[in-house]
Amino acid sequence: MSQTSEILLSGTGGQGLILAGQILAEAVVRDGKNTVQTQSYGPEARGGASKTEIIISDDEIDYPKVTRPDVLLVMSQEALNRFAGLLDENGILIVDSTYIREIPAIKAKVYKIPYSKIAKETLGKEMVANIVALGSLSAISGAVTKESLLLALMSRIPRGTEALNQKALEIGWKSASQFAA
Amino acid sequence: MQNSAEKYLRTEKLPHIWCPGCGNGIVLGAMVRAFEKLGCDQDNTVIVSGIGCSSRAAGYMDFNTLHTTHGRALAFATGIKLARPEITVFVIMGDGDSSSIGGNHLIHAARRNIDLTAVIFNNSIYGMTGGQYSPLTPTGSRATTAPYSTIERPFDLPDLARAAGATYVARSTSYHAAMLTKLITAGATHKGFSLIEAITACPVSFGRRNKMGDGYDMLMWQKEHAVPVEKAKDKTPEEMRGKFLIGELYKTEAPEYTDLYNQLIRKSQMISREE
Amino acid sequence: MAETAALARLMQGNEAIAEGALAAGARFFAGYPITPSTEIAEILAKKLPVLGGKFIQMEDEISSMAAVIGASLAGLKSLTATSGPGFSLKQENLGFAIMTEIPCVVVNVQRCGPSTGIPTATAQGDVMQARWGTHGDHPVIALTPASVQESYTLTVQAFNLSERFRTPVILLSEEVIGHCRERVVLPDISELKIIDRKKPPAGLARYNPYEPGADGVPPMANFCDGYRYHVTGLTHDESGGPTTDAEKAERLIKRLNNKVMDHLDEITMTESWMTEDAEIIVIAYGATSRSAKRAVKMAREVGIKAGLFRLITIWPFPVKEVTALCRQAHTIIFPELNLGQLIGEVERAARNETNVVGVNRVTGEMITPDEILNKIKSQVKVEQHAE
Repeated sequence: MSQTSEILLSGTGGQGLILAGQILAEAVVRDGKNTVQTQSYGPEARGGASKTEIIISDDEIDYPKVTRPDVLLVMSQEALNRFAGLLDENGILIVDSTYIREIPAIKAKVYKIPYSKIAKETLGKEMVANIVALGSLSAISGAVTKESLLLALMSRIPRGTEALNQKALEIGWKSASQFAA
Repeated sequence: MQNSAEKYLRTEKLPHIWCPGCGNGIVLGAMVRAFEKLGCDQDNTVIVSGIGCSSRAAGYMDFNTLHTTHGRALAFATGIKLARPEITVFVIMGDGDSSSIGGNHLIHAARRNIDLTAVIFNNSIYGMTGGQYSPLTPTGSRATTAPYSTIERPFDLPDLARAAGATYVARSTSYHAAMLTKLITAGATHKGFSLIEAITACPVSFGRRNKMGDGYDMLMWQKEHAVPVEKAKDKTPEEMRGKFLIGELYKTEAPEYTDLYNQLIRKSQMISREE
Repeated sequence: MAETAALARLMQGNEAIAEGALAAGARFFAGYPITPSTEIAEILAKKLPVLGGKFIQMEDEISSMAAVIGASLAGLKSLTATSGPGFSLKQENLGFAIMTEIPCVVVNVQRCGPSTGIPTATAQGDVMQARWGTHGDHPVIALTPASVQESYTLTVQAFNLSERFRTPVILLSEEVIGHCRERVVLPDISELKIIDRKKPPAGLARYNPYEPGADGVPPMANFCDGYRYHVTGLTHDESGGPTTDAEKAERLIKRLNNKVMDHLDEITMTESWMTEDAEIIVIAYGATSRSAKRAVKMAREVGIKAGLFRLITIWPFPVKEVTALCRQAHTIIFPELNLGQLIGEVERAARNETNVVGVNRVTGEMITPDEILNKIKSQVKVEQHAE
């Protein structure tokens, strides 16, 4: 990771990516680093798309929006088409291969992991695909420590869902090595 | 008025600005006598008023007095009462003030049943701006903005307040001043939102234009057209045509807003401790 | 960063405003739901009663402002929060609070306008409305946070200034600051400097509610705290009674303005960065100042002597400070997320002595560092060409 890294998560509204972004940002704070997380409701909100941006730095963060993401996680084809071009050429592209079929030719390292399918088949709830993806992204990028991520997760989910979410995070974390680029 | 009620007036601010024949002074007098009956603690009572002829009354009363913006008196009063429920709050508004620009605040104060006593000086007209029709101007009246007479139907303010949730509703007139004092006293004693409509005369901006004569004639009009509720029972609809009811029109008990809020405080603190 | 890690939290901008208000001692909120400020109301609805404070969702924006003023007069530090359309409706009673000198805080989390506009998109389009939205000659204090941390500290400061000068203070946030989440380290509440309204001494034979102290600010008795007096939005004399006397009217209106303008040292907050040797200075406020800072960094990397001057207080406009910068720099670049509102004040302060260039956008998205950098670069070329 460089001193400042930019992460962009995008998919369809309802996939829980904004929550995933908030959990990631809280984990960054727990790791003792600086962070800013924004969610934008641009025209894509009308198309049912959602986007959240997280910047991580050891220093002060001035401009709070992502300009050239180091990590791009997309969970819909539309999001990939829209944001792939922004990705840094040394960056990492992570796609939910459950729904994404066409991946443009880019220099970035590409991970294709079927998060939604994993969530549905191994956890019985596609709803937690966001947490599987979050665990996976964290392991791949090294953005946050696993300890902080777990603590952040526990503080931001409804009571009674701890076991399911923790399992989702673990599965996601492991999926990073299983589906190595 | 050389009596013990005088202490409730800022006598140095008198004489008042109202026109000869105006009924507002009588309504003010009725309020002051109610304060005397209630033994109002001047240091613990607030009078809030809106904008218009009637709302100048607040300035003549020796309490903590707040002369607000047009129509908003009840909203200011809600802030005061909620912040300090131990304060007694009276609200003075005119007909246009309370039912037109402030109509929304009126129905919501009534809905909350917050413990305020609202006295509405209803002179059927916007007097201070020179005689425009209000939502309480009777259909067919002339006004500067109704040169061909109004085609609009007036609210029945007590009915409106009752429907919105007020728990004490009454009406009297400047002719029936003693009754007005009694009703204001009862309304203030009642826990919850009380509305007392005081029909008063504006000979200059309403009476003159509608051939109702001077202040005296308009008082006589009130005498002839007001029917006490207890007498109305024996009257036929035919006999009641063109007349209006005075007296205590509606009274019920319901939880009061600031009491409920205090319960909410205790509930929130209990939940917070559990968390 | 490590030593404060234990106290660090991830917090949303609107949440920081709510927390700042509580820390400042606010115990009353009245409001009406409106995006993108609603979180402030939601958080205070939960937290105020626990502290014995009061929250009320009023029937509209107008009555919210009225209730806030009533509660403040009754002695509780009070606030409301809104956005553009609601801010328009607040103006009536905002003027009343200014005229009657009742302290309170009005938060406006700005969104794209005019009218309903884009409720979830960010903007800085209400800066002139904050100054002149209510009618008549009046003073205004308005502060613009650029971060979540500052949303907290400036809310505390807004209450302090409001209590100190007996005037409403406007906190002009923006959707992007209100909704973003950032790492913050909140100060210990016991270490915060909290200012409360100055009260009159007890036992005065006569209390004149609008008789000013030497600083132009009259001591304020809360209602029902021992002194009986009259408060009116009509032009009034020192006793509080209405007057149409020309001399008294002028004295009141001038005092209302002077009590603020005579204490700019207590009100004006600005921040300089790399301005010492700067030939091109970017002046910015709110979230746009963060784009500007990045742009200045990038300009320095390519050898351009650029600097950033950040306005934290935008009203009263820091004329003296901006005039000084205009004498130093050959070009002032003034980015703002509107079609050019506050730039008029910069030009006035520049007095035609320097080149003032705007960078503007009304897309609902932040101005990017590149846009500002390009403007900086274009101005360098202009100057070299001239030489």
